[in-house]
Amino acid sequence: MRVDRAAWWFVAPALLVIAVFFFLPVVAAFLISLTDFDIYALADLANLRFVGLGNYLKLLQTPLFWQALGNTLYFVGAGVPLSIAASLGAALLLHSRLTRFKPFFRTALFAPVVTTLVAVAVIWRYLFNTRYGLLNYALGGLGIDPIDWLGDPHWAMPAIILFAVWKNFGYNMIIFLAGLQSIPDELYEAARIDGASIWRQFASVTLPMLSPVVMLVGILTIAGYFQLFAEPYVMTQGGPLQSTVSVLYFMYEEGFKWWNLGSASAVAFVLFLLIFAVTALQLRGKRWIGG
Amino acid sequence: MKSQGPPARWRGMVLLLAFAAASLLASCRSSPTGDTVLKFWAMGREGEVVVQLLPEFERTHPGIRVEVQQLPWTAAHEKLLTAFAGDATPDLCQLGNTWVPEFVALGAIAPLDRYVAASPVVDAADYFSGIWQTNLVGGALYGVPWYVDTRLLFYRRDLLAQAGYASPPASWPEWTRMMAAIKQRAGPDRYAILLPLNEAEPLLALALQQDEPLLRGDGRWGNFDSAGFHRALQFYVDAFRAGFAPAKTGVDVSNVWNEFGRGYFAFYISGPWNIAEFKRRLPASVQAEWATAPLPGPSGPGASIAGGSSLVVFRASKSKAAAWQLIEYLERPDVQRRFHELTGDLPPRREAWRGAPLADDVYARAFRDQLERVKPTPKVAEWERIADQMRLVAERAVSGGLSVDQAAKELDARANDILEKRRWMLARGEPH
Repeated sequence: MRVDRAAWWFVAPALLVIAVFFFLPVVAAFLISLTDFDIYALADLANLRFVGLGNYLKLLQTPLFWQALGNTLYFVGAGVPLSIAASLGAALLLHSRLTRFKPFFRTALFAPVVTTLVAVAVIWRYLFNTRYGLLNYALGGLGIDPIDWLGDPHWAMPAIILFAVWKNFGYNMIIFLAGLQSIPDELYEAARIDGASIWRQFASVTLPMLSPVVMLVGILTIAGYFQLFAEPYVMTQGGPLQSTVSVLYFMYEEGFKWWNLGSASAVAFVLFLLIFAVTALQLRGKRWIGG
Repeated sequence: MKSQGPPARWRGMVLLLAFAAASLLASCRSSPTGDTVLKFWAMGREGEVVVQLLPEFERTHPGIRVEVQQLPWTAAHEKLLTAFAGDATPDLCQLGNTWVPEFVALGAIAPLDRYVAASPVVDAADYFSGIWQTNLVGGALYGVPWYVDTRLLFYRRDLLAQAGYASPPASWPEWTRMMAAIKQRAGPDRYAILLPLNEAEPLLALALQQDEPLLRGDGRWGNFDSAGFHRALQFYVDAFRAGFAPAKTGVDVSNVWNEFGRGYFAFYISGPWNIAEFKRRLPASVQAEWATAPLPGPSGPGASIAGGSSLVVFRASKSKAAAWQLIEYLERPDVQRRFHELTGDLPPRREAWRGAPLADDVYARAFRDQLERVKPTPKVAEWERIADQMRLVAERAVSGGLSVDQAAKELDARANDILEKRRWMLARGEPH
């Protein structure tokens, strides 16, 4: 009994911090999402109107919200597989026995992760420039007409995806590298003795042994990519024609640019439900695959 | 486990309380000498520079000390709202004049009519009237203009001359003819004008030139389906459709000064800060070839936006009289001239424009002329949001997704939606 109470005392500070700084704001945000909290309400709470699920219903009727959702899904759908493929590829190359100067390449490939997003965004904007950009210069060498990367609504999101993948793949690469290093060499030896090709070794040894890591990286990357914000914020400000407005960017503009905290909170909850649902699906899928 | 917690905890608590009380007292104390301490928030470059003007003020006003806090423009709006929500507003502040209606709606800033009426320095008639009006909300004055900012034409004289024109356009038909001639000489890769699609101001200036107001019914409804706005939007969209302007955002034209120097475009609608930037950044070969001109209107010289910053006093300030003294000092024509020398900002009163250095500045002359024809944007708290929608809808019209007529109707619908809360507030009889 006494030990129990002592235990509670020990965890109390941590619980208190979580309650005050996590649960309380979440509950408050949910309550705000049921009102039309804006600058008039900030001036005088008498100007606050309770709108029930009005913000949510209105959100579902806002074309920009659906566009933002579509943009976000596009970003996640294309960006996550690309990012995982890039990090896995880089990790395999780094893990290969044939690779020289491993520490150098490991650092170089990880470097984009630790760079400041705003600074590299400026450089990427130059790379993407229609008339002077390195990217179009290279494409010109292949005989491809210049692409208006950031000015054409069809190309802006691919440009953002390219930038985001380049910026983030190093992080997952390190996780994959650790995963690869933990696969026992004997398995590969046995496979080689059985006459398995490199591709067969990858498909039947590396991937199955790596599947928990792939799962982890997948969940983390999807959750992270759903929260797309900084890249369009610094590269395109959501343009052109709002083709790079993500759900989070939409929320930011509602909440902090226009101070409509009511509808911004509603967006936040919709995004939360979305990420929650996708993660739950992923875990369910994992259980099926795992038998 | 023997608990001796409570006594120890209490001791800690008492210490903590004592510490909190001490620091609270320290923050309440005005100053060791009993002086009034004014908290003054200023943004960006002005915040850095105004510090140099203050020693003179403190010398001539013993008993008042000024503490300046600089805010970056990008964070200023949020910081001011947060300060208001947390009861931590300063005594006075620099405020973008399009923000004034919003802070009046919040009830955050104090009316200044009483002070102006008694002031020997601040003479309303000496100020450019469009700029002065931006501070009037519901008949009361809530700020005094500090510096002005409006948009007009920056142009390349040599490119105009090559197209056969000796002077800049004074009206839309003339402007259109010039752009057509320039575009014809420039070929497919160069343009006559740059209208960045991520900026609302060029279209806003054209829209303000019209007789019809942008909102109707005391700011209850949008008025974008009017003939005037149709005309402005048509002119804007035509500039893209005719190929005079590239359909690009400012983000994509990565360096406006380089491109202007290279002759990528001949006209650019911008503000006074670009006078210094053009002088500094344009190559020597085109330094003699650029100039400024007032904005052409539908038929003859047109109006432009009354932008800039005002000085406001917060309602919660306990030192309003002292804050007013600082405003009066900063509004003195001689101080305004010094402020212009330090920042390049243009003064809002005619007296400060007399004599050197402004009267002799060839680039500033067009601004002086334009300032007699500036109009405030609608004075509702929601205006910035509506202006943003105006930019987005115009971008859709330029890309061909909407006709001018559809775009005007769409914008009207969006403005009406944004103004819903304002209508509700006015119906309840809330004063502004």
